[in-house]
Amino acid sequence: MKRLMLGNEAIAQGAYEAGVTVGVGYPGTPSTEILENFVKYDGVSAEWAPNEKVALEVGIGASFAGARTLVTMKHVGVNVAADPLFTVAYTGVNGGLVMIAADDPGMHSSQNEQDTRALARAAHVPVLEPSDSSEAKEFLKLAYELSEEYDTPVIFRTTTRIAHAQGIVEIQDKVNVPLKEYTKDIMKNVMMPGMAIKRHLIVEDREKRMAIAANTMSINKIEYKDKKIGVITSGIPYQYVKDALPNASVLKLGMVNPLPRTLIEEFAKNVETLYLVEELEPIFEEQIKSWGIKAIGKEILTVQGEYSANLLARTIGGMQIETEKPAELPGRPPVLCPGCPHRGVYYTLKKLGIHATGDIGCYTLGALPPLQGIDTCICMGASIGMIHGMEKARGREFTKDWVAIIGDSTFLHTGVNGLINLVYNQGTSTVMILDNSTTGMTGHQEHAATGKTLDGNATYAIDIPSLIKSIGVKHVIMADPFDTKALEKIIKTEVARDEASVIIVKAPCELLDKTTKRIPVEIDQDKCKQCYICTKPGCPAIIKAEDGTVSINTALCSGCELCSGICPFKAIEKVGK
Amino acid sequence: MESKNILIVGVGGQGTLLTSRIVGKVALDAGFDVKLSEVHGMAQRGGSVVTHVRYGEKVNAPLVEIGEADVILSFEKLETSRYAHYLKQGGTIIANVQEIDPMPVVIGAAKYPSGIVEGLQETKEVVAVNALEEAKKLGNIKVVNTFVLGVLAQYLHFEKNEWILAIEQTVPKKSIDLNIKAFETGFNFRKGE
Repeated sequence: MKRLMLGNEAIAQGAYEAGVTVGVGYPGTPSTEILENFVKYDGVSAEWAPNEKVALEVGIGASFAGARTLVTMKHVGVNVAADPLFTVAYTGVNGGLVMIAADDPGMHSSQNEQDTRALARAAHVPVLEPSDSSEAKEFLKLAYELSEEYDTPVIFRTTTRIAHAQGIVEIQDKVNVPLKEYTKDIMKNVMMPGMAIKRHLIVEDREKRMAIAANTMSINKIEYKDKKIGVITSGIPYQYVKDALPNASVLKLGMVNPLPRTLIEEFAKNVETLYLVEELEPIFEEQIKSWGIKAIGKEILTVQGEYSANLLARTIGGMQIETEKPAELPGRPPVLCPGCPHRGVYYTLKKLGIHATGDIGCYTLGALPPLQGIDTCICMGASIGMIHGMEKARGREFTKDWVAIIGDSTFLHTGVNGLINLVYNQGTSTVMILDNSTTGMTGHQEHAATGKTLDGNATYAIDIPSLIKSIGVKHVIMADPFDTKALEKIIKTEVARDEASVIIVKAPCELLDKTTKRIPVEIDQDKCKQCYICTKPGCPAIIKAEDGTVSINTALCSGCELCSGICPFKAIEKVGK
Repeated sequence: MESKNILIVGVGGQGTLLTSRIVGKVALDAGFDVKLSEVHGMAQRGGSVVTHVRYGEKVNAPLVEIGEADVILSFEKLETSRYAHYLKQGGTIIANVQEIDPMPVVIGAAKYPSGIVEGLQETKEVVAVNALEEAKKLGNIKVVNTFVLGVLAQYLHFEKNEWILAIEQTVPKKSIDLNIKAFETGFNFRKGE
């Protein structure tokens, strides 16, 4: 049977067909849908971990116990998981272990565009890279065979245009892979210096053997056509090469680490001009050039963003492609939804003139106009460590008009460590946890405090206030983001306090509840004095017309009544109230 | 056959994704190679969204290049303008005339441009439709999607029953009849009406 599948769905299908029984990860665009699809198959265990480090550790345990295991994360998650990654490269596996790393060239939904291949090389872990959905499924199955044959974890690298593109996939039967026997082996599985020194030799030898095998692997293949132009490429850029340079000879790498040196040298000898086409970092380019092979790569191609067929046709094909310039238009940046509980928080902070160290989530959108509520955004969990660092650098007075802003899922990911540090080192800052009871930006995934697991079953929900109190925070205050008057008072009190405090602003994500009927508000034009206070929170449902009148787009309005609460003239009310 | 390139654009939440998946399904069932490229994550929060659909004997890249779209199906007027340069010479833009103010307009930092459709019509074939109005006439604003899909179907070479089959297999059961009615209204829509 043939089906159209997202790359991420194809990966889940591939894992199922390969006999994978354990899947674990942390949500992150563009990787999230893999586990959401994998959990639907019979006979598998799939779960969200609080962060990628834990996810990989669960994966290593499952592999050691003998199961074929899938671990998923986005590229920046690989940094969080780097600690276990670099050492599981030494121990190797028992059941096949594949880690999906979803890179995001062009940063559609990320804070940087780092290249996972660079980290994989540093860790001496092999990397496979598919170029469409069909290959995503087939290569993944091969990845499990390689993982077990060479006793190594394998990184499976995708990019946004693989993960979130659909292509035709042939559905096949699942192979049943029995659990491998577990045997205690401290020389292999306990990495103390004495053992690790010996394992390092094995890693080095393994990489050499894989590099030799790579020369004859079916996924590294040469397509000879006109030999004037030869291109070495992999992943999604392969598709751009095929569209832009249909007559060029191509060496397509399915395994991008380690490289098939003999195959590359043979290809280089047979083509007149060799081009190296890889998005982001010159990973294979630097290696190939270091072997004395003449080639053109980043001299003409960028390390930034995504490539396209037009780009390659121009730069390599030498074609003149005249395209229209895009029109100059007002942008349409993503915004907090109507009814979003974060809006009231930012409105209040702005009113009070308070700065915030920010974090990763929907609430990062509060950095944009008109709210402009955060000063910084680095990575998951950074807000709490950073505000503490600011206090240590400039003193208590400086951070008296600062808060750290972090979401519930992000707090449990790595924010909690920052809070432990803040309390331990006698920081006095205020942390605001915007608890919307979900992992919002990635599309509503459960986490350890929602009371549900990935498969939808009920579980223990971590009580965030109790957790925080147990760390030693004496002042833990619950707040309602739609009651901005009360919130204002709470924030003023807590930032002035000479002790650490946490304000938990709790209200579910507006998009979570799909059953309650929304009753929109309307503006009574007789009462409205056109003061425009209601437009300050930047709600997309509030429309200011050219004649100065303000009205509500009732199709968008969620009826959260944030605007009703801040209107000084009580002109905004629910219809029929 | 050279691959057919369709760009579906709009504002996050308007249903561009579902529409592109129906087009993909029709092409798949007709025996073509198909690739779709979607936008998930941050761009869905009311931002500008674009879905690429390509089908033909063999499709390589999942993305439509600038200047290569046979049809641009747009759900929102400003977004029509934003992606118009993707249209190939002789291509067609199907433009829903609905306006949704982006945040810079909402906060008064920019003005919603006027005369978008008229401007594009000077150099391009633009079929303007008021899908929201048509959907209201049909009794449910949620069928904006299937109405514009019907208009799009006039410009692609699949049979009407192939479309209806794909819609039946994609939309929720209880709304099949309404969606098919909306599709047929779009399919029978004539330019300039």
